[in-house]
Amino acid sequence: MSLVTGSTADSAATGPTALSKTPVGPPGGPGRRPLGRHNLHGWLFSTPFLVLFGVFMLLPIVATLLMSFTDFGARDVTRPFEAEFVGFDNYTRLFDDDVFRTALFNTGYFVVVGVPLTVVLGLLVAVLLNNGIDRARTFFRVGFYAPVVTTIVAVAVVWRFVLDPSDGLVAGLASELGLTAPDFLGSETWAMPSLIAMAVWRNLGTVMVLFIAGLQAIPTEVREAARLDGASAWQELRRVTVPLLRPTMLYATVITSIGYLNVFEEPFVMTQGGPSNATMTVSLDMYQEGFNFFHMGYASAMAYVLFVVIMGITVLQLRLLKDNTS
Amino acid sequence: MTAPTVTDPTATAPTRRRPGRVRGPLLYTVASLGLLVMSAPFLWMALSAFKTKKDLTASPPVWIPSHWTLANFRALLDQLDMARYFMNSLIVAVLVTVCNLLFCSMLGYALAKLQFTGRSKVFGIVLAALMVPGNLLVLPLYVLMTKLNLIDSYAGLVLPFAAGAFGVFLMRQFMQSIPDELLEAARIDGAGEWYIFWRIVLPLVKPALATLTIFTFLGSWNNFVWPLIATNDPGKYTLPVALATFANDPNRTVGGGNGMLMAGSLLVVLPVLLVFAVLQRHFTQGIATAGLK
Repeated sequence: MSLVTGSTADSAATGPTALSKTPVGPPGGPGRRPLGRHNLHGWLFSTPFLVLFGVFMLLPIVATLLMSFTDFGARDVTRPFEAEFVGFDNYTRLFDDDVFRTALFNTGYFVVVGVPLTVVLGLLVAVLLNNGIDRARTFFRVGFYAPVVTTIVAVAVVWRFVLDPSDGLVAGLASELGLTAPDFLGSETWAMPSLIAMAVWRNLGTVMVLFIAGLQAIPTEVREAARLDGASAWQELRRVTVPLLRPTMLYATVITSIGYLNVFEEPFVMTQGGPSNATMTVSLDMYQEGFNFFHMGYASAMAYVLFVVIMGITVLQLRLLKDNTS
Repeated sequence: MTAPTVTDPTATAPTRRRPGRVRGPLLYTVASLGLLVMSAPFLWMALSAFKTKKDLTASPPVWIPSHWTLANFRALLDQLDMARYFMNSLIVAVLVTVCNLLFCSMLGYALAKLQFTGRSKVFGIVLAALMVPGNLLVLPLYVLMTKLNLIDSYAGLVLPFAAGAFGVFLMRQFMQSIPDELLEAARIDGAGEWYIFWRIVLPLVKPALATLTIFTFLGSWNNFVWPLIATNDPGKYTLPVALATFANDPNRTVGGGNGMLMAGSLLVVLPVLLVFAVLQRHFTQGIATAGLK
């Protein structure tokens, strides 16, 4: 069983890399096939996707931008073109909005604490399961990956009870050790770390699978050479494995950051942003402004600010981490 | 600071590399403990679903129910229209999956095997679509769906997810490995593009279709934000929306709600975990494919 998994992950790791080397654009190479040979069919086969993309992605992206310059409210949902143009009012208002500022801060907190934890733990688990464990590998991998595929709402509901101060699991374990657990979700100090713990638990598996694929792409000779030179396990990890995993680490960091910058379900189901906005995130604030209060113009401005922040952070990460590689 | 970190592991592991007699058991212990932490919430949920009210509120908490009961499941099925939510989730997930299989493989085929003017631009659109954040879409999508009268309809739940860029990318990658000669031969024999796509290409990329099916189906099954926004009528709720609504209902605790909530969570999660356990190889493969583009 473990052999089978090993080999498929292996081929998955090398396959796409090899594939993506084939040219993407029109092959100008030998010139045997003039461009335009399949014009009609090319466009016919592209049409369904392009129509859906245009209506359900491109149009909304543009519409959000337009809405963010209006006072779009509940009444405008049925008459969208009657919303009043207000210029940059929504954006200037945002920076005086305490809730939004708190939400920005909390989202940053979530990313700064959550991303390193997820990536480092994911890497350690991947190394452990790939290099340290031979038997029952599949079993362990399935176990660590299971939280990723489960319905977030169900999982959040369970975590709410795990963290319950009176009859929860953690509180029970603590009292057996003679400690008193804090009211995790009811405390302004502990609510955010609790949500981060849950997110790390949930996203570890994704990062782990990425690293396992990356590890299996490292030729065994490289590691054997390090061993022959007398490197310890720790030295091998730090000086050989981690540098060779840089591209995977970059990708894992970027997708985890994007995911955490958008964090919504955890606070929505577990705390509704409370206590006193301690777990309010930008996405949750946007949802509440847009769909609870129907301040949709204002919420659109939030969506764009979040979008710009995500773009900025992604570009920054790509720069920083790329520079380190060379 | 650096010196002890470097020497420490060598000192504690004189066996030198290869999980040997000493390190092996240690690594397995660490991995097992990790696994236990990872699965604790699942175990807790599964066991709590069968607990009586007394066991649920016991302090210190009890792991194993002192008295196993199905009352939570019965109450859940009595009070909530679980069958309907289940059907809603199922119908939406099936429709989303069928649409994605068709549309993504069509565009994947065009991008991998058909030369046409503007192909690289279309591929650029696919890559851009991979990066579009959902937050930018939900507000106008809600307005659009209201205008189209599609709130509380299956169409409203399905259409925004009917063709994902990830699927296009996946299908294109797989289809590129099909030899051109094969398709040329079919063309010389007079086969049309649709025939080639349907009868030759699709059967050859069955593993990719399987991967896409699993990902899309579970993605739709677990989707929460859009169904939450696009449904007002409880009759159109999907399972996660119904569960979240129930979880946040202040009156829930009246009828021994916590046990019901655990039972409900188990019912939502169990099918997913079973499907995943059986098909896990495709998952790791899909993640790796998407991850190492």
